[in-house]
Amino acid sequence: MPSPGAVVEVEELVKRYGDVVAVDGVSFEVQRGEFFGMLGPNGAGKSTLMRMIYQVTPRTAGELRVLGMRAGEQARAIKQRLGVVPQMDNLDEELRVVDNLLIYARFNGIRGAEARRRADELLAFADLEEKRRAMVRELSGGMKRRLTLARGLMNDPEIVVLDEQTTGLDPQVRLNLWNKLEELRARGKTLVMSTHYMDEAERLCDRLVIMDHGRIIATGAPQALIRDNLPPLVVEARAELGEGAGLEQAAERLGLAVVRSGDRVSVFVADADAALARLREQGWRLLHAFVRPANLEDVFLKLTGRALRE
Amino acid sequence: MRGRTIVDLRGAARVWQRNLWVYRDRWYYGLLPNFFEPLFYLLGLGVGLGYYVSSGGQFGEGYLTYIAPGLVAASAMNGAAFETTYNVFVKLHFGRLYDAMVTTRVNMEDVALGEWWWAVTRALVYGGIFLLITLLFDTPVTWRLLLAVPAIALVGYCFSAIGLAFTSVIHIIDVFSYFFTLFLTPSFLFSGIFFPVEERFPSALVWVAQATPLYRAVRLVRGLVNGHWQGLAFDAGYLLVVGTVLGAFAIWRMQRRVIR
Repeated sequence: MPSPGAVVEVEELVKRYGDVVAVDGVSFEVQRGEFFGMLGPNGAGKSTLMRMIYQVTPRTAGELRVLGMRAGEQARAIKQRLGVVPQMDNLDEELRVVDNLLIYARFNGIRGAEARRRADELLAFADLEEKRRAMVRELSGGMKRRLTLARGLMNDPEIVVLDEQTTGLDPQVRLNLWNKLEELRARGKTLVMSTHYMDEAERLCDRLVIMDHGRIIATGAPQALIRDNLPPLVVEARAELGEGAGLEQAAERLGLAVVRSGDRVSVFVADADAALARLREQGWRLLHAFVRPANLEDVFLKLTGRALRE
Repeated sequence: MRGRTIVDLRGAARVWQRNLWVYRDRWYYGLLPNFFEPLFYLLGLGVGLGYYVSSGGQFGEGYLTYIAPGLVAASAMNGAAFETTYNVFVKLHFGRLYDAMVTTRVNMEDVALGEWWWAVTRALVYGGIFLLITLLFDTPVTWRLLLAVPAIALVGYCFSAIGLAFTSVIHIIDVFSYFFTLFLTPSFLFSGIFFPVEERFPSALVWVAQATPLYRAVRLVRGLVNGHWQGLAFDAGYLLVVGTVLGAFAIWRMQRRVIR
């Protein structure tokens, strides 16, 4: 049974392209007002799932409801209340900045003074007031991203769908975009975002699903996902040359979870000082050892045996 | 599981409007060649070549007056074809413009119809200007010239649909050269604009020529302008049917190209 506050309801949703299964029977719900994330590596099925939610990819099987309406049948009505910010810049290069916004309003049936009022407001939100009459090609990468976001907000959507927003952006631009998204969340919008950046998901999302090979492998709040799957701390260290495997085994004998790559080991622990002391007691020399909190990247690694980004 | 494909006319109108906005900013670049092209054709083929063509036209008119209505039809054809081939292909594949449009209330079927309408509009502009330019030469001025206007729209309707259908099935932009070289060029030369194909071609080829939409388009425009009505309903019907069938096919195909 869907809970009363659910604005996106996904049930056993499947998308196949010939023999390729892009989305393999996923189920989840997004609640009104929450910042919901989909975390996973490239090819995990995030974008396909996003496209199904914003009604440009028909489903193969399963159920999908957005704002209580069935996907496909009520595509227009759903899209009218959804804001979409796609992964690739697909702004209208032949139109000016402000016309990019105004034509989007027209596409959604908003016209005249109301459209102009919203365009003014969103140009301010996107810090693009001075570029109002500029052509799209004159904008920098970060400005294009902000304009794409503003465009997705022209219909004052209840849900904003953001696909891989910060891929390829430099850190400062990324931070700026994060602030914009947090501002939207504070205004009560429901946000659904896909990303393959663990730090992004951890910082922004109230709740998320971790995806791999078209399936959901974990669901929950970022901190809960970490807490439920791993000890809170990670000791990162390097063994002496050629001693990596030995150190890994020693840690395992102490009952600790370990991931090794060459002579580098990550040891998951509750008490870092105690673990380091016991390893040193056994005569292991740990080079460049440091302790950090466990994160979603580690959760992905634990659940799949692979790193999130290769 | 796809929703049913029902075109929303308002959505199509908004896509048409988007093209108008683009055009609004730079119509003067695109429009000027539209004036020169007919001028050059009528000068070269009508005034120049026409001087040496002695056997009169179908209605006893001079050569320039004979070819002018056909050139008007061909110009509508070219306008429609250019708009629905390269322009649509680029929007479909490189600009990803349609991917953006369909995230709004507008569906892909509306986008395809809007592009179709727009191409008809462009064909009307091309053909209409050509018609005006013919008045500078010694084409008889008659109220029947007004009848050519809806005929130009119909020619645009048919050839936009043909171009859109072709664009909707190809994946490589170079393939358009086949469309232009093997379809539009022979259509232009052998559809009765410059000579009556029935009198010069063997019957097998006449049959091919008569099957081309441009042959019907030329007959239609020439017949209307000269007040020679016989068979025009068939010509118009032919363009209407070909346009409607291929246009519907193109909408269906483009929908599946983008919504996948």
